[in-house]
Amino acid sequence: MNVWVLIVGCVAATVTIKAAGPVLLGGRELPPVMLRVIAYLAPALLSALVVTAAFADGRELHVGAETVGMLAGGLLLWRGNPLVLAVLVAMVVTAGLRAVL
Amino acid sequence: MRESFVRGVRLGIPYAVVGFVLSLSFGVVARQAGFSPGQAIAASAFVFAGSAQFAALAVFAAGGTLVAAVAAAAMMNGRFLAMGVALAPSLPGGPVRRGLQGQTVVDASWALANNGDGTFDRWLLFGTTAPQYATWVLGTVVGVYGGDLLGDPNRLGLDAVFPTYILALVLAEIRDPTSRRVALLGALIAMALVPFAPPGVPVLAAAAAALLGVPRRQDTA
Repeated sequence: MNVWVLIVGCVAATVTIKAAGPVLLGGRELPPVMLRVIAYLAPALLSALVVTAAFADGRELHVGAETVGMLAGGLLLWRGNPLVLAVLVAMVVTAGLRAVL
Repeated sequence: MRESFVRGVRLGIPYAVVGFVLSLSFGVVARQAGFSPGQAIAASAFVFAGSAQFAALAVFAAGGTLVAAVAAAAMMNGRFLAMGVALAPSLPGGPVRRGLQGQTVVDASWALANNGDGTFDRWLLFGTTAPQYATWVLGTVVGVYGGDLLGDPNRLGLDAVFPTYILALVLAEIRDPTSRRVALLGALIAMALVPFAPPGVPVLAAAAAALLGVPRRQDTA
């Protein structure tokens, strides 16, 4: 596979997907019911992204060291700690578990 | 407008720091998979979508076809379709201008620019994206040229960075009972679909959980 062709393909796909909504739907008022759905897209999409990033390996579900690391980072975030600290702890816990196991 | 942009830049800095680490690991993995330094950096500079870049790279490294690799990237980006639809009414100008503004959407910026009433602060979006773009490119440069010193990124726990980063965005979003139920349902939909659908599709399908927002009154949980 030619890497440059792959990159151009990925750029084309990403630009098209990001442009689709604004190009096709912009410049008009949406009905209130649509706005209410839009307001809740963030928790829907982002929580789905978290669980797939943490538990999915291709089409398989698994729990790995990085899952535990994320939970440790999540606990810190939930307690109001800054993002950078939480991510650092998630990395250290993950790396530590991998070194021990 | 200007205040929103500056506020966005400030809000974006922690996400930009984390993005640096993520794109650094992309640079390392891309080099290991056989990308030249220029190719890895170009991917980050022009694709600028982390999960799509990693998805395409995984297919490439496994010897998959070009179509499969681009499809994997496109499906990981499926959520941007929903995010773009949500953002559309908040963008002024003609179709080309709106399409260009839509390119600035990344997960953190979109979530932070969300006013919570179905509208978006577009200057906050641009401001939040600016530092994230800079560190995304810079991180890949460092990963590409310094990766040999790091070795296997997973040994360092770098694969825990992305889920933790997105989790921070979720925690900021689930401040009311309806949001919490939407997040829970979205997670369940995605988990249920993982064994049956290609990566990325479960996340897009989880957008359906936002339909819990349809009833006008937010009933008590």
